[in-house]
Amino acid sequence: MIAPGTQPGLWQTARALAGRDLRLLWRRRGDALQPLLFALLVVVLFALALGRDPPLMAKVAAAVLWLAVLLAGQLALDSLFRSDAEDGSLEQWLLAPVPLAWLVLVRVLVHWATTALPMIAVTPLLAEMLHLPHDQLPILLASLLLGTPLLSLIGGVVAALTVSIRRSGILVALLALPLFVPVLVFGAGSVAAAARGQDPVGALLLLGAGLVVALVLAPLATAAAIRISLS
Amino acid sequence: MQISPNTPPLLSATGLAFHRNDEPVFGPLDLQVDAGEALLVQGDNGAGKTTLLRVLAGLLRAGSGTIQIDGRPAGHRERAQFVAYLSHLPGLKPDLDTLENLNFLCGLHGRRARQMPGNALAIVGLAGHEGTLVRQLSAGQKRRLALARIWLSPAPLWLLDEPYANLDLDGINLVNRMISAHLRGGGAALVTTHGAYAAPPVRTRLVTLSAAGQPSQTAAGDLA
Amino acid sequence: MRFTVFQDAPGVSLRSRPLLDSYRRMQPIVRWFHQLGSPPTFDRFASRWSRVFYLAALPVLLVGIWQGLFVVPAEQNQNDAFRIIYIHVPSAWMSLFVFALMALYSAIALVWRIKICEILAMACAPMGAGFTLVTLLTGSIWGKGTWGTWWDWDPRMTSELILLFLYLGVIGLYHAIEDRRSAARAAGLLAIVGVGLLPIIRYSVDWWGGLHQRQSINVFGDNAVRAELIAPLWWMVVATKLWFVGSLLAKARADNLGREAGKAWVAERLGPAGGSAQEHPTR
Repeated sequence: MIAPGTQPGLWQTARALAGRDLRLLWRRRGDALQPLLFALLVVVLFALALGRDPPLMAKVAAAVLWLAVLLAGQLALDSLFRSDAEDGSLEQWLLAPVPLAWLVLVRVLVHWATTALPMIAVTPLLAEMLHLPHDQLPILLASLLLGTPLLSLIGGVVAALTVSIRRSGILVALLALPLFVPVLVFGAGSVAAAARGQDPVGALLLLGAGLVVALVLAPLATAAAIRISLS
Repeated sequence: MQISPNTPPLLSATGLAFHRNDEPVFGPLDLQVDAGEALLVQGDNGAGKTTLLRVLAGLLRAGSGTIQIDGRPAGHRERAQFVAYLSHLPGLKPDLDTLENLNFLCGLHGRRARQMPGNALAIVGLAGHEGTLVRQLSAGQKRRLALARIWLSPAPLWLLDEPYANLDLDGINLVNRMISAHLRGGGAALVTTHGAYAAPPVRTRLVTLSAAGQPSQTAAGDLA
Repeated sequence: MRFTVFQDAPGVSLRSRPLLDSYRRMQPIVRWFHQLGSPPTFDRFASRWSRVFYLAALPVLLVGIWQGLFVVPAEQNQNDAFRIIYIHVPSAWMSLFVFALMALYSAIALVWRIKICEILAMACAPMGAGFTLVTLLTGSIWGKGTWGTWWDWDPRMTSELILLFLYLGVIGLYHAIEDRRSAARAAGLLAIVGVGLLPIIRYSVDWWGGLHQRQSINVFGDNAVRAELIAPLWWMVVATKLWFVGSLLAKARADNLGREAGKAWVAERLGPAGGSAQEHPTR
C-alpha cells in the first residue's frame, strides 16, 4: 500500500502494472492459451506439408519449432498495447511519475511471461511430435529462453509504432519480421550448429548480449514510438 | 484560501499555438490558472478544446509557445506531480471491477492523502458497485468512476475534458461539487465544455475558442 | 483580479520581433541552414540545384558506362556478363548509403522537429528501395551468368533482400498513418531502429552463410584487383551519387509543394493551377 500523498516509485508502479496485467490475464484465461494453440497448429501444418517422414522431420524440427514460436509471438504483439491505447490507459502512462520506458519494460516482460513462457513450457512436447533428437532439446530451450524476450522487446517497438493504425495486421508482420532475423538466425542457428557438432555457445552468448542491450534500448525506442503514436 | 502574491500560477501558457497538417487548430493563446481558480474553456465542436487540453497535458507538443507549471518549465516531472487529466476515454479496464481499477490507478499515480478508493466510490455515487466489472457499468457510471479516479489523484491541477458528458442532472451537480471542493482545498481546474449551462459555481474565468479561421472572440469575467 | 486572454488571428504572430533579433546574431552558415527549412526557400534551392546535379551526373554516368562496357578487357574465366557489376556494386553501396542518410534526416527531424528533414527522409525511402531492387536484379543476373542459378542465398544478396523489406516497411508505415507529420516521425523512428539493427542483421546473415562453409561471391574473381578494373567503378559510384542528390532534391521539392498546396507562395510560384490544388488527404 502506498503512503498516501506521496508519489509511487519504480517498484510500486511496476507491481501495480504487473498486478493489473496478471489480473486481466486471469479474467480472460481462454485468450491466454491462443499463442500456445497457434504454435501447435503451425507444427501440425508443417508435419502435414513435409510428409510423414520422421527422419526429415527430425532434421528440420528445431527450425520449425523456432518458426512456430516466432510467428505465434508476432501475432501476440497485437495485444501488447492495443487495448490500453483504445481505452485511454496508455495516455495516462505518460502522466505517471516514472519514466514511460520503465512502464513499457514492465509491460513487455509481463507480456512475454504470459505469451512466450507457456509456449516454451510446451516445447518439449512439440519437439517429441517432430522427432527432435533429444540432445538438441536443451540447446533449443536455452535459445528460446534467450531469444523470445528479445523478440518481445523488438516487437514492442513495432507494436507501439502501429498501435494507432486500425487493422494493421500484415503491416506489423512486414515491419517486425526483418527485425527478427538476427534473433532467428542465432537462435535456430545455435541448434543447427550443435547438430553439426559445432559449439552452440557462441550463438547463445550473442543472443544473451543482444538481450542485455535490448533491455535498455528497446523500451526507450518503444516509449518514443508511443509518444509519436499518441500525438 | 489566501494566495501569497509571490506564488507562481499553477499553470501559465504564453503564445501557445498548435497546427495540424499546417492548419491552425488554436492559438497563439495566453492563459493562466492560479490555485483556487477554475478556467472554463468553451467552444463549438472542432474549435480545438480537446487539442488545447492535450497540449497542456503534455500529450501533444505545441507548435509554438511555452507552458509553465508552478513557475517552472513544464516537463515530465512537473506534469506527473501537478496534473491530473481526464479525457474522453476514461482509461478504465473493462475486465476489472471498480475497486481494482481504482487501486491500479492509485498504484500508478499515487493517492491523495486521507482518501481511499472505497469512499471515493461513495462520493461519486457508486457505493455498492465495488465488485461490478466496468464492462457492466453504464456510460454515466463509467464517467462517475473516472471522476472517482480524479478525486483520488494527488495532483492539484485538474484538466477535465468534457466532464459533464453522459451525466444526468445529478451527475452534473456532482462534478460541480467536486470542483468546488477541490478548489477550496487549494487545487485548480481547467474544464472544457460545449456550453455554459454546466458551470461550476466557483470563481471561474472563461475562454472561448472559435473554429480556426473565423474571427476570434474573447471574453473575460467572473461567473458567480 | 482580471486577466486578459488575447487570441490573434491565425498566422499573425506577436512574437516575431525577438525572432528577428536572434536571427541577426546567428552565424551565416547556421542561418542559411535555418532558412533552408522554410518551404519557399527550399523550393527555390531544390529547383535550381536538382537541375545542376542531374546535369553533372549525366556525363559522369556516360563515361562510366563507356569504360565499363568497352574499355575494360574481358576476364579470362568470365564472360562479358561480369560487366554488370559496374551497376551492381554502386547500387549496393547506394542502397546502404541512402538508408543511413534516411535515418540521419529522421533523427534530425525527430529531435529538432524540422519539417523539411521529414520530407527529405521520406523522399529517400523509395529511391533507396529502387537502388536495392536494382542491386538484387543485377546480382541475380550476374549470378545466373556465372553460376547458372538466379538465386543462391549468398549472404550479401540475402542481406540486400532483408534491406528491401526494411525499406518497404518504412514506406508502408509512412502511408498507413493519416497525419503526414506523425507518419513521417513514425516511419523515421523505424528507419533509425532499422539502421541500428542493420549491421547486426548483416553480421548474423554472414554467420548464417558461413555455417555451411561455402564461399560467398568474390566479385572480381581470383585475380588480384587491377587498377583498370576499378576505374569504371569509381566513375559509376560518383555518377550514382550525383544522380541521387538530383533526384532527392526533385522529389523533396515535389513533396514540399504538395504539402504546402493552397498557400499563397505556391500560387505565386506555380501560377493559378498550382495554387488551387488541394493536397490529397490520403497521400
